[in-house]
Formats: sequence, structure tokens, C-alpha cells
Amino acid sequence: MTASTSVPIQNQDASAVLLSVDDLFVHFQAGKTSPFKPASVVHAVDGVSFRVRRGTTFGIVGESGSGKSTTAQAIMQLVPATAGRIVFRDKDIAGLTGEPLRQVRKHLQIVFQDPFSALNPRRRAGDQIREPLDLLHIGTRSERDERVRRLLGEVGLPPQAADLFPHQFSGGQRQRLCIARALAPEPDLIVCDEAVSALDVAIQAQILNLLKRLQRERGLTYIFISHDLGVIQQFCDEIAVMYLGKIVEQAPAADLFAAPRHPYTWSLIAAAAPPGPLRDELTRRYLVGGDPPSPINPPPGCRFAERCPSVITHCRETEPHLDSIGVEHYAACHRIRELAPPDINALTAS
Amino acid sequence: MSTVLQVDNLCVGIASGNRTPVPVLENLSFEVQRGRTMALVGESGCGKSMTALAIMGLLPEGFVVTGGRILLEGEDLLTASRRRLRSLRGNAMSMIFQEPMTALNPLYTIGDQIGEVLRWHRNLGRADTREQTIAFLRAVQIPAPERRLNAYPHQLSGGMRQRVMIAMALACKPRLLIADEPTTALDVTVQAQIFDLLAKLQDETETAVVLITHDLGAVSELAHEVSVLYAGRCIESGVSHEVIEHARHPYTRGLLACVPHLALGRQAAKVWSDLGEIPGMVPPLGSRGPDCAFLARCSYADDICRARPQPPLDPAGPQHTVSCWRHAEIAA
Repeated sequence: MTASTSVPIQNQDASAVLLSVDDLFVHFQAGKTSPFKPASVVHAVDGVSFRVRRGTTFGIVGESGSGKSTTAQAIMQLVPATAGRIVFRDKDIAGLTGEPLRQVRKHLQIVFQDPFSALNPRRRAGDQIREPLDLLHIGTRSERDERVRRLLGEVGLPPQAADLFPHQFSGGQRQRLCIARALAPEPDLIVCDEAVSALDVAIQAQILNLLKRLQRERGLTYIFISHDLGVIQQFCDEIAVMYLGKIVEQAPAADLFAAPRHPYTWSLIAAAAPPGPLRDELTRRYLVGGDPPSPINPPPGCRFAERCPSVITHCRETEPHLDSIGVEHYAACHRIRELAPPDINALTAS
Repeated sequence: MSTVLQVDNLCVGIASGNRTPVPVLENLSFEVQRGRTMALVGESGCGKSMTALAIMGLLPEGFVVTGGRILLEGEDLLTASRRRLRSLRGNAMSMIFQEPMTALNPLYTIGDQIGEVLRWHRNLGRADTREQTIAFLRAVQIPAPERRLNAYPHQLSGGMRQRVMIAMALACKPRLLIADEPTTALDVTVQAQIFDLLAKLQDETETAVVLITHDLGAVSELAHEVSVLYAGRCIESGVSHEVIEHARHPYTRGLLACVPHLALGRQAAKVWSDLGEIPGMVPPLGSRGPDCAFLARCSYADDICRARPQPPLDPAGPQHTVSCWRHAEIAA
């Protein structure tokens, strides 16, 4: 795979980086349309690289089909990476199986989107939280029970909850159970894959506050995946915007929303901006039409070319690299130097 | 302005054997005028979707209307015959469902499904149906409509499917359209397109729209009026910008505070500050007493709230009513 797609590495304190993903590719075979043609390939994740510092929250935002969940699953080793390295705690974990993988999962946990399908309906809540402890042989039997009780308290559920079945809980409470289960082996990194998207707004706020409190208390690191820019902005320190399997822009949260540089980011921001004259102005100028194209056998050139209002011939022929354009700010666009970014500060001031 | 839909003291309950039905909706009243949009807002379990299903006469088995009236241009829908309802549904009133994948039949092409509405209600012939269907697909901005006519739902993206649903719902130019969270299943950029499309079509056809949503923040630009539901009761209603800007009920205020809205520019928040949260959750069915349903979660709750039943909707400003004993103090 081409090395040029990787993010230029800055001089970062090596010990501060907990997870480093280098040139990750995840491709799936998608069946044949004709017996004489080769099978088509879904390019779910196509050369993604990023680094996550200890104790911070790394956000990934994008539309459906952008590969954000596949990236999360590849980090968790739930889908095999086609190529690339996933370095977690200074060890490449890509392709690990069996006991070594189990040992890694002690430090690496995930919270899924749908708390209804993420819990086994036939097992009691307490048993499900204890399961990772049993499998990883952490503590004695009574210590595990004690820890389950403590975890329930930490996520705001009463100790009696341990004896109930998942259907006896509401959606928000189930997500609390999932968080308690992820916390059980005391991991360093928790991947939250759309962890609040399925919840009502009031419950969503409760869960976000809970996750943030746990981060403060335990020094947790999160990879937070969402399609909701408002949530991402509030919750994350650093944000990557994905489109069709690639990162198109990556920046610290404050910079991304003060000076976005990629036309796709402009469009996302225009769609999510709070109502008012600013939003009208942004949508008029920057909101793109259409749907994201299929990730099956994508055409050469920039993935966004089909919907980009500023597209030129060069964009359709050559793929842009993710280049450094500021302090820890990267964008993949051929016309980055020509296109004037929206002057958000002037627009918000007026 | 003429009133298209009038809902009067609507009560819906779940029948439970010989006992009195467990209330799901209590004394809900609202009106929608021609060409206007009315939003119903609340968490899940507040009765938003049940209101929509009651209007359409599609309440699931076990649910019964226990009181009130629903008038569509003066015609009482609750006493209408099944045959009459069948001819009204899809013709005078129609509905866009939340999940376009489950609302479309996977075994028929989208041309068949939109055409069915026209053949049934308009008695159009084959050629006319085809021509009209293409025109509707073009109106909802589906590219290459002649080819899409023969596509099955699984061949379309989520946004396209929702456009097909809209085309189907608007095929007979209904006077009332109910949109039940029409964009929750869609991506943000597509959501904006769908709302723009709905607004454009509404301008052309002067359809009255009931919009069901949980995003109170977005209501002011999508709807003219809003009713906030909580546990099956309307707790605040009025002109949308008035309700959003001067929310009086603690629940409405809580809903507004707990959504993290995107902040742009240099003043964008850089440090995490905890979101305003409403503790607890909506009380389950059957455990809702006569007192204020929000009492257990309310930070303003006082002796007066515990001592008396839930107050009726009380005027709190021009075209703004609220059901709260302490709304005057909260506003101050």
C-alpha cells in the first residue's frame, strides 16, 4: 500500500501516544456480478492513520458508509484488517488471536450503539458485567462480585440491578450496563461506537456526563464515534472527519470548528449549524446535494469529487494526500491553497 | 385560514381486561391550519407516535380511543366507517414513517408502490399512472426517475427511500400530512435536504403538516406551532419561536439545555462543561397519577405541586400556554 497516504508524524512524546493506527485498510469481498468478472471489493476503510494520546478523547465523525464503525471494529479486532498496523501500548495488535488477543482486550473495550442487542437477554445483568472478569481471570470469586457491585454504583445503578434481566431496564439503563461491562477489566481505552445515538436527548446528556466523569476519575482514553457534530464538538479533544473510508480532515476540536478547511467539513458544519442567519448563509454556500456514493470499487481521484462544488479535473484523476496545514491540522484536498475557507468568525460576529 | 385538523381532548388507553384502560394520552388538544406546520415534541414514551396513529386510525391492537374528537376538515374520524377511513387514508391524509426501509414493501418496485396510491384513489390507467409517478419522483428530486421506477427499495439509499415515501405520501395532494420523525434514520447532510424538500412541497400544495420530532432545538425553523408532550399530556404549547425562546415549563427547559448544539467560530467552547441533564426517566404506563407527571424529575417541585393535581394549560404569554403551578416564578 502507498506510504504517502499516512499522516506526517509530528514529534510527539512517544509515551503519551496510547494507540497509533498506521495506514489501516479494511476491504470486504462483495460477491460477483458476473462469473467472468473478478469479485467486487468494498473499500470500507482505505488508508487511515491517526494517533490517540493517553487521557484524551479522539472523535471520528462522518456519514453512514464512511467507515467510522469499521475503523472501530478493526481496532477491536472484530473485523480483520486487510493491511496496516494498529499499535496499542507499543505493541502491534493487528492479526492477534487467542490468548494474546484476550490479554489485549483487558486494556481495550468497546461500547456499542444499540444497548438492546449488545446485552444477552437470557443472562442477568450482574453476570454479564462479571463475564469479562471471569474470562480474564481477574481476582477471586468474591472480589469479582464486589467489583460488580462497585461498578453498578459507579454508573448510577442500584446494587439490586445485578439480579435483573436486560428487558427490565430502560434504554439508558442498558447503556449504563454496557458501560459498566466495558469498565470491568479496568481498560485504558474504550471505543464508543455511536454509544449515545440510540438514546433520547435527555438520556443522551446523562450518558455523556457519565462518560466524562469516568474519564476524569480514571484517566480513561476514548475513541468516540458519532455522526452528531454537536456531541462530537463538546466531547472530543481531537476530531477526524471521514468520508468513504478516508480521513479528509483532522484537527483539534477548537480549530476544526473555527477554521475548517475541507469542502466536506464545510458541508457537514452547514448541515449541523444552529438555526439562524449564519446557518442560512452556510447552507446556501456550502451544503452539498446527493448521497455519498457506494464504497464498492470507488473511482480513482478524490472520493468527494462527485459531490464537491469546487471540483476540477485534477480532483477526479489523482487522489489528494492528507497534508499538514497547521499545528496538528491535516486536510486532504488538492485545492486547499486556492479555496478560501468560510469566514466563520466574521459571520458569527455579525 | 381554514382549520384542517382539530384534535379535541383526545384520550387513548390500553385496554387491560375488564379493568379501566391504562391511559396513554390524556386530554390532548391542538389544531393545524392549512399550509402550517405543527410540531409534537417529547421523549420516547410520551405519546407522540400514538397521537399520529390515532389520527390515522391505525392504533395497534389493544389501544382504544377513550374520549375526545378528531376532526379532519369538520369530519369526525373516530365515528367514520372503516370504508370511509380507507378512502381518506393516502388521499386526504397521509403519513411518512420514521424508518423508510420497513415502511416500503421489499417485494414491489417503487413505481408499483407509488402507482398503487394513484390507481386506488384516482382510478388512473396504466399509462397515466406511470407518467404521474415519474413526475412525482422528479418533484422529490430523485435523479433519472424513468429508470428508478423499476428499482426495488433495497437498491436505493436511505435518503432516496425517504424521498420515495414522501412522493407516495404526497401523490394525492393530501390536506394533512403526518411526518413521524422523517429524518432520524438519515445522515445530517441528507436530513437538511429532506426538510428543504418538505418545506418546498408544502409551499406548493398548502398541506397542513404534523411534524413529530424529538429535536426541540430545530423546531423553531421547521414548525409554526409546537406542543411539548410529557407522559401523554401536553405540558406546553404555542407559537414555536415563543415557546423556544421563552420556555416556561421545567421539562421544556431541560430538553433545550441537554442538547449539545454546535458552536462555531472562535467562541466555540473549548472546555467540557457538563450538559444540563434531566435526572430519571419518563414514568412508565400505569404509574401516572393525577398530579404533575414531571414531579419526580423536577428541580422546581414544591409543596403546591405535590398537593394539587396537574394544572390545566394556563396562558403564559401571547399564543403560549403552559401547564405548571410555578411557571410565573420560573419565568421571573
